[in-house]
Amino acid sequence: MGKASQKATQKYKQLLKQKTPAKPLLRNALAAFFVGGLIAAVGQVFLEYYLSRGMPRVDAVSLTAGTMVAIGAFLTGIGVYDKLGQFGGMGAALPITGFANSITAPAMEFKREGWVMGVGTRMFVIAGPVIVFGTVTAFLVALMRMAVRGGMQ
Amino acid sequence: MAENRLGQQTLVFRSEPALLASAAIVGPKEGQGPLAEFYDVVTEDSLLGEKSWELAEARMLREAAELAVKKADLRLSDIDLFLAGDLLNQITSAGFVARDVNIPFLGLYGACSTMAESLTLAATLVDGGFADRALAAASSHFDTAERQYRFPLEFGAQRNPSAQRTATGAGAAVVAAGGKGPTITHATVGRVVDMGLKDPNDLGGAMAPAAVDTISQHFRDTGFKPEDYDLILTGDLAKVGKAVCEELLKRAGLDIADRYNDCGLMLYDHGQDTHAGGSGCACSGVVLCGYLLREMLAGKYRRLLLVGTGALFSPGTYQQNRTIPCIAHAVSIMAPDVVEEA
Repeated sequence: MGKASQKATQKYKQLLKQKTPAKPLLRNALAAFFVGGLIAAVGQVFLEYYLSRGMPRVDAVSLTAGTMVAIGAFLTGIGVYDKLGQFGGMGAALPITGFANSITAPAMEFKREGWVMGVGTRMFVIAGPVIVFGTVTAFLVALMRMAVRGGMQ
Repeated sequence: MAENRLGQQTLVFRSEPALLASAAIVGPKEGQGPLAEFYDVVTEDSLLGEKSWELAEARMLREAAELAVKKADLRLSDIDLFLAGDLLNQITSAGFVARDVNIPFLGLYGACSTMAESLTLAATLVDGGFADRALAAASSHFDTAERQYRFPLEFGAQRNPSAQRTATGAGAAVVAAGGKGPTITHATVGRVVDMGLKDPNDLGGAMAPAAVDTISQHFRDTGFKPEDYDLILTGDLAKVGKAVCEELLKRAGLDIADRYNDCGLMLYDHGQDTHAGGSGCACSGVVLCGYLLREMLAGKYRRLLLVGTGALFSPGTYQQNRTIPCIAHAVSIMAPDVVEEA
């Protein structure tokens, strides 16, 4: 039998598609919308609170992000965030709480392999690519901005 | 042709090695499933008081092995060979248990087909006169498999409806020359089949053609008909793979629908949020060593064909965009009263 030809693969994929239950797209989209919206609303509450206490906007935004990271890490620690992720999909993964989840989860998971080779090397196993490509993209966008508007400002 | 071969891929065990006793241990989730009453032990949590999930898996395997031997009224020193495997890198669960039980050991890797593979080899060695008693076993653990193959446990990734859940548990069976118990009469060793699929979220779909290949070869080699079996059971094709397997066999002229099931679908209830169903070495391991062998002794099944299915890939081959080679081994088991009649 060995390895199937490309033609056989295509034919088999068609059969497989017929028998595979469709992803519940509408349900997933709605769940993502509400979970993502809820997380954003919580963030907004913190932002408004910090602003109302007279904090400058730049600082209030940073503190809000920090607060949300702490909440995401806490919910990961008590075993809630993975369930939120299964329910809300991208709505839970995309906000900064999801970023916190992606770092806290491996940090917890690989503690048994030790602080250096476990936590240290594995902590950014999921978030690593986000940081790498985020930084590269930010650099490219900054270059473009400089080209269009000139200078460092 | 070698005298104990039939057709291209089937081995005949003329001395009909018996399954003297078996034991199945499962985790809490499996213990809430529909087969709960058939397991010897349902653990309270998935860590069993150990420091890591890997240790917990090894302990399950060891306890299943020891219990199977005890249920056969034997001691570990009465066992000539220990044949076992699991899903972890370098099959460490099996290796560490082999250290503890101190029985000559052959480590096996057939991914989720390991239970069928270990039974096949145990029957072969017993039938060939190389062992009086062999212990066949396999284990898997949801948490150890997740962290090795997928994501850290607490990471909030959404699963596909076609994804499967690795079963937590271990199954072990004592295969012996003579003695009472269901007997292993034939085994069909599978070829590796690769349909060119790459999605690790749909392993049932990837493995189904391997099961089809082995099942149809089994019937060609032996001349049996589906009606000769009360139950034909694949290891862990789950919902999608089972539907495809059934369809492909039908197209090949083998209609097994009325006597066909899949261990991955028997392990959990629909409400348990396990997506397409169960998977892992323990999936067919505990369904066989817990449920099936007991029901055979109770007279519910007279003859069954267990087809263990395995996906022979790793996270590395997946990341390198390679396809998923799959395998299936079929083991034919007969109830004791049927043997006597024949």
